[in-house]
Amino acid sequence: MTRTALLEALDAGWADPTRLYGTARNTRMLLDRARARVAGVLGARPDEVSFTSSGTQAVHLAVLGGLQARRRAGRHLVVSAVEHSSVLHAAELHERDGGDITIVGVDQTGRVDSAEFAAALRPDTALACLQSANHEVGTLQPVTEVADLCRAADVPLVVDAAQSLGRTDTPSGWSFLTGSAHKWGGPAGVGVLAIRKGTRWRSPLPADEREGRRVPGFENVPAIVAAAAALEAYRADMVDEAPRLSALVDLIRERVAHDIPDIEVVGDPIRRLPHLVTFSCLYVEGEVLLTELDRLGFAVSSGSSCTADTLRPSHVLEAMGVITHGNVRVSLPRGTEPADVERFLAVLPDIVARLRQSTSDMLETGRRSRP
Amino acid sequence: MRFRGRAKSEAPSPVEPAEEPPGLVIDALGRKCPIPIIMLAERIREVPVGDIVAVLADDAAARTDVPAWCRMKSQDFVREETLQQGGWGFHIRRTY
Repeated sequence: MTRTALLEALDAGWADPTRLYGTARNTRMLLDRARARVAGVLGARPDEVSFTSSGTQAVHLAVLGGLQARRRAGRHLVVSAVEHSSVLHAAELHERDGGDITIVGVDQTGRVDSAEFAAALRPDTALACLQSANHEVGTLQPVTEVADLCRAADVPLVVDAAQSLGRTDTPSGWSFLTGSAHKWGGPAGVGVLAIRKGTRWRSPLPADEREGRRVPGFENVPAIVAAAAALEAYRADMVDEAPRLSALVDLIRERVAHDIPDIEVVGDPIRRLPHLVTFSCLYVEGEVLLTELDRLGFAVSSGSSCTADTLRPSHVLEAMGVITHGNVRVSLPRGTEPADVERFLAVLPDIVARLRQSTSDMLETGRRSRP
Repeated sequence: MRFRGRAKSEAPSPVEPAEEPPGLVIDALGRKCPIPIIMLAERIREVPVGDIVAVLADDAAARTDVPAWCRMKSQDFVREETLQQGGWGFHIRRTY
């Protein structure tokens, strides 16, 4: 369906929506309709919604533009320790630029304490950022409570909702809301930035006319149209699909912990995203485990660091204080069958046992070979 | 900017009355996680219950993984020290 929407819009929406000739006006109409559809799902007004080139760009604009507009209030920024790297990198830039940052920690499930978050707000706090749900472990954050506390303190709140848009109800109380279309089955290259009416924002970039002067550059209208169609379809699918996937996640959480020794399933078991489950296996390299699973047709991810190119453990697992090695993150796509999950659960214990044995053998050999 | 650690755990921990010397020092310098943890798990039984094992490691992941291992395995994480030559020494008390 998303594909059909994309192909139709490639034919009908290729023109420049800022021009005045017929096809351009049609393109503008398609863009406005897409904006209204996305706004509907977000619980926003259409004129609050802009399309960006990615979720990352939406976050950068929200954080830097939100800070810029509140320079007179102060230069203090509050973020949680488990935000997406796009938030943390924007925060680093702000710090390099002379700004001040407070990082609010999380508990062992990866959840922020709302009172602790509120306590980090100061009279010179310009902006605060809290994700709707964590991208590595799936834990839902107390966004509504934090939004209330931020409003009481007159501090605008950026909610990075990339993980949850379309999957769960959109949290309320945000000043800025960001998301990414590929997370809801839309095309890559489309992000969304919503700025609540009355929230002050100033572009951190050179001036440009596009997207209500919020996002520079010619909009990719066909992709935006497809993204809007995908979001509505995804939201509708998730009514039945989210509880079904969530039950499969429960099954994985339970069985992995039961069938495999020395394993820790991480993240909140209940207040979590419906489709995501993460666990860490002691004494195993995450990358090797991923390679083995990939060989058997399971495309999973890892927050582990045991690879030469990152050299750092996942900041999320680190902030939670859980094992960072041997980490596996399973994300269940729409339509995942119980049989797929059963097959995964059937092969995993043997793979883990075999990898543990081989690492242990290697260490033994290494020790004996020493003089 | 560092993102590690919970704000709660930033509070100064009660200082050990006297720094007890480790009964065993495991040198895992230059080894990537999970190797330092594997070495710790294999060798902690070489000291009597109640004694201290020190693991030396310079993979930053060990700073999270050693305390997390202690929590999972109900061993007692005593402290982390910074080594002059780079890396950290982690002190663990064998509890069983």
